[in-house]
Amino acid sequence: MIWVDTIIQGILLGGLYALFAAGLSLVFGIMRLVNLAHGDLIVLGAYLILLLVTLTGLSPFVAAAVAMPFMFALGFGLQKFMLNRVLGDDILPPLLVTFGLSVVLQNALLEGFSADSQRIQAGPLSTASIQVAGLNLGVMPLMTFGSALVVIIGLNQLFYRTSLGRAFRATSDDPTTASLMGIKPAGIFAKATGIAMIIVTIAALYLGMRSNFDPSIGPARLIYAFEAVIIGGLGSLWGTLAGGVIIGVAQTVGAAINPEWQILAGHLAFLIVLLVRPRGLFPRAVD
Amino acid sequence: MTNAKLDYSVQTRTRASSISAIVALLLVLVAVALPAFASRSLIQDMFFILTMLVLAQFWNLLAGYGGLVSVGQQAFVGIGAYAMFGVVILMGFDPVPSILIAGVAALLLAIPTAFFAFRLQGAYFAIGTWVIAEVVRLLVAQWKAVGGGTGTSLPRSATGDMWFTGAIETLFGVRNAAARDILAYWLAVLLAVATIAGIYWLLRTKRGLGLAAVRDNIEAAKSVGVDAVRMKWTVFLVSAFGTGLAGGLIYMQKARISPDAAFSLQDWTAYVIFIVVIGGIGTIEGPILGVLVFFILQSLLADFGSWYLMALGVIGITIMLFAPRGLWGLFSDRTGIELFPVRRRLTGGRLTGGHVTDTLPSSKEE
Amino acid sequence: MTALLETRDLTARYGDFQALFGVDLTLGEGETVAIIGANGAGKTTLMRSLSGVLRNGPDSIRFDGRGIGDLPADEVMAMGIAMVPEGRKLFPSLSVEENLQIGAYGRNTGGYWSLDTVYDLFPVLKERRSNPGTALSGGQQQMVAIGRALMSNPRVLLCDEISLGLAPVIIKDIYKAVPKIRASGASMIVVEQDIGQAMAVADRVYCMMEGRITLSGSPDALSREAIHNAYFGAAA
Ligand SMILES: Nc1ncnc2c1ncn2[C@@H]1O[C@H](COP(=O)(O)OP(=O)(O)O)[C@@H](O)[C@H]1O
Ligand SMILES: [Mg+2]
Repeated sequence: MIWVDTIIQGILLGGLYALFAAGLSLVFGIMRLVNLAHGDLIVLGAYLILLLVTLTGLSPFVAAAVAMPFMFALGFGLQKFMLNRVLGDDILPPLLVTFGLSVVLQNALLEGFSADSQRIQAGPLSTASIQVAGLNLGVMPLMTFGSALVVIIGLNQLFYRTSLGRAFRATSDDPTTASLMGIKPAGIFAKATGIAMIIVTIAALYLGMRSNFDPSIGPARLIYAFEAVIIGGLGSLWGTLAGGVIIGVAQTVGAAINPEWQILAGHLAFLIVLLVRPRGLFPRAVD
Repeated sequence: MTNAKLDYSVQTRTRASSISAIVALLLVLVAVALPAFASRSLIQDMFFILTMLVLAQFWNLLAGYGGLVSVGQQAFVGIGAYAMFGVVILMGFDPVPSILIAGVAALLLAIPTAFFAFRLQGAYFAIGTWVIAEVVRLLVAQWKAVGGGTGTSLPRSATGDMWFTGAIETLFGVRNAAARDILAYWLAVLLAVATIAGIYWLLRTKRGLGLAAVRDNIEAAKSVGVDAVRMKWTVFLVSAFGTGLAGGLIYMQKARISPDAAFSLQDWTAYVIFIVVIGGIGTIEGPILGVLVFFILQSLLADFGSWYLMALGVIGITIMLFAPRGLWGLFSDRTGIELFPVRRRLTGGRLTGGHVTDTLPSSKEE
Repeated sequence: MTALLETRDLTARYGDFQALFGVDLTLGEGETVAIIGANGAGKTTLMRSLSGVLRNGPDSIRFDGRGIGDLPADEVMAMGIAMVPEGRKLFPSLSVEENLQIGAYGRNTGGYWSLDTVYDLFPVLKERRSNPGTALSGGQQQMVAIGRALMSNPRVLLCDEISLGLAPVIIKDIYKAVPKIRASGASMIVVEQDIGQAMAVADRVYCMMEGRITLSGSPDALSREAIHNAYFGAAA
């Protein structure tokens, strides 16, 4: 029974990792850009929510909703004025620019908020739990997982049911032909990064409510996100959720064996998948 | 311009390069003699500059020439350093020859690393190397014999009578600690000179010339007969070996190690990337210029802590956006001077149909 | 006749390679012109320039009296110049219907063409509307590409080798659509290597060789020999 519990905790934790990863997956799927500052942007989001909660006394959920348009604008601007300039066949410039951005963000947060760890207070919600079939499930982990499902379903709807989603897919297929359809690829990329930042805000909300955070933890979130994306297969949103779950389960099982092995177990699971399924579990047919 | 493609292999030395060879020789002589008249703190600064230069040259070889953007070079610094500590502490080796073992350990780690990371395309390769560095750091932190997560120091017995230190003590009339710094410095000079000479040589071989082709375009490289896969392996392993040597040397001088320090992304990869980007990626001169700029920035601004790092990040981003070939690229474009002439690119631009942005400006000196 | 679209001394280059040398071309309102020429003559380069994929000086291309040579492709398209690109270039991640829908993304002015009228024009597409565009036969894919361009109700339709790689019966099928397209009010530039096909639909013909226009005129006025020379060079 203890194992069932461990695995279910791992699956729910996977929801958090899927939230970390969904934005990364979206941006990569559309413009083949890997944003090395993704983790730091999540942490930035958490601080923004924290700031709103502390200054205005809003509930964290409302604060996150307020933060979303700001984060969208940030992502939009970042893409439009910086990242679009370095997109191209050469992978070096975008990597190095986002790496620089990661360092800038971490240190700006350090300067602004100090190295002390913080937490977004969620009141009684953070300890609430419900009993299901003899298992004690935390409400917060359940909400995280539920949010991950909503985000992924939402993104799928956006992709497959809207005109913007068609433009996303067309631009991903072939930006030049897309421009013949009146699509401005630069604008599409900016919108995609803006939307990724909305997902980042949701991820930041749960990151901040579930555990302590400080300015230095971004890179580790990037790594989990990246592992989830690769395990799932590039460009597959449901695959990303599966990837998050695999990392989550590996971590909780690893931790149950030896607490020091939690992180290591997640990484090892990733390496094993990479070994046996180099293209991930649900690779996209066309790429 | 178009037929530059044909003569790209007949490039020989330029006038600037002959002058620079003489200047370089003089510089090396001065560098070797430096401990006779320099203060200990200058020697330590020089050690820092030289070891960072070595790391930067190898990262540049990987990313600038091989197109392999690794964010996990700290794995090789760390494993080299730990291998050196391991054989000194557990097997009683002298630290000086153990530096070679540091290089070998990094080389051995590079084999499985490449095996995994080469499965990842392009940008994902970067994070893949980073994951592996994390895995190695976490595993090493479990190695209790060298201090586990908290780390350990080199035993006094090992540092006290290291090779050559006795002779240096008598030669310069200094204490043991200062003699160790001088020894480490000399080794750093040796390593830096060997690194630059070795990379220069590698790039001027026929194989090395093909590197630029691999970096630019695998398909094109294939069509001119470059074995891209073999090239990537070579570059990756060579870089790992050199980075491991540097790691062993750095930690011989520090004489104290911990997993977080030895596998630090910031110290061994982030700084190195900034050095190369600021100086000019894809050139041998770039990292040399970059490490000097980096050192000056650090001396002036390090007291400002996170502001300093922010400034470094902003400078790196600005250079990448507006002068992607770095300070040396700006200088070289204006003056046409090249100290280490190596053909870097198949010229004439890549002719990829249907892209609006398909013509890269080819470098001027072509 | 006033020119709807014209180029003046248009040049184009790929890196160091110059592909067009001072091309002057005129398309009148309601007119259909054909551009013929051998492989590598520069026809596609001309189409890419007209559609904004390759950028140029503003006045080298004028549309409706306005210099558009420096506009990016998406803005050119929004003004009413749609292209059927060489090789069809359907979006593999989009179904047939989505490929059609996206044709109106940047220009939704209303007009004769809509999903329904495109399906009327090419009924077979309706049956296959939810297939991926790339699962269709070559001829059907070409219909999607044409339909996609029509969805924006363009004032000028650029067709780059719509017969490329298709069997003669299918080419005939596709060219049956041209009169209907003209009737909807669009002016057309049709690039062809197949001289006969081009002569049949065009009001005027331009012949290109090595990046230059070597001959132009109405199909009836041009002799076979003149065309042959303009196509392959006088020495041939
Ligand atoms: N993307 C490109 N890069 C370099 N040269 C090109 C490119 N596209 C076409 N060319 C060259 O330009 C010339 C004209 O090509 P194109 O316009 O495609 O001719 P056509 O459509 O008449 O066959 C050819 O010599 C071709 O090799
Ligand atoms: Mg053509």
